[in-house]
Amino acid sequence: MRLRILDSGHGFGTKALFALIRTVSRQPVLDVIKLVKYRTDFYGQPMGVITQDAMRGPSTWSVGDRELMAAFVAKANQCEFCTKAHSAVAQGAYRDGKRVSAVLSDLDSASVEEPLRATLLMLGKLTREHAVDMDDMRTVLAAGASRQQIEDALAVCYSFNVIGRLADAFGFVVPGPKAFEAGAKYLLARGYR
Amino acid sequence: MADIRQARKTLVSRILEGDGEASRSERRAAFDNRGLAEPLTTLVEKVAGHAYRVTDEDFAAVRVAGFSEDQTFEIVVCAAIGVATRQYDIALVALEAATGNETRKD
Repeated sequence: MRLRILDSGHGFGTKALFALIRTVSRQPVLDVIKLVKYRTDFYGQPMGVITQDAMRGPSTWSVGDRELMAAFVAKANQCEFCTKAHSAVAQGAYRDGKRVSAVLSDLDSASVEEPLRATLLMLGKLTREHAVDMDDMRTVLAAGASRQQIEDALAVCYSFNVIGRLADAFGFVVPGPKAFEAGAKYLLARGYR
Repeated sequence: MADIRQARKTLVSRILEGDGEASRSERRAAFDNRGLAEPLTTLVEKVAGHAYRVTDEDFAAVRVAGFSEDQTFEIVVCAAIGVATRQYDIALVALEAATGNETRKD
């Protein structure tokens, strides 16, 4: 990482936690965990409340749908770390890796429900262009997504437009698939807090 | 229901108005992506626009200019949250326009 404090500036208790994670998972501690555990009052704790609500709070989108949105937003931002991390979580949640890879490689031809497809398209535009308008929202509503579903999707989009930027700016190391699989199991079992 | 508005206010209030190593004016400028001097301008504009283009040299320039790692950490966090906040607010306005009188206030 580009800031040494994020690699090694944590307190004794947090370093002990990292050692435990390495021992139990037999994988390196993901840089995103090092970030959220550094000066938690400034970023990790208040951001964790938002991300937990967006990703695991009540919603008519499934956990898999929301993790897919996270991966889709990450891909729109060209964030390799978050694309791989949340593809792994979405695959675990759906128990269907093909669905995730189909959406990320070609949303237009992927076999997904129309409300989800339209929502992903809108999130992609918002992420790339920093803007959407009333017509964009009407398109999503016409595809069958509810107002609440759109708000829920925007919460996911918010979280991952923050996290992806921090991953790339701070220079997160992109580990191998086994580390992401271990991270996915943790996020599916424990969430984002 | 993912109504993150209150939690988002708490986060933004913490990073902009709470204690920090960077000044409140620097954190606000990073959040707004406006009014910073080099080398922070380059770093913050990249974080807001195309974060994958941030380089080691961008961080080195900020370090040489005298900013500590904690100050840089805060400024980058503020820049990322600022752009996501603007996106979210724009999208909510568009949604409210599309749904007419279903508008829900904070």
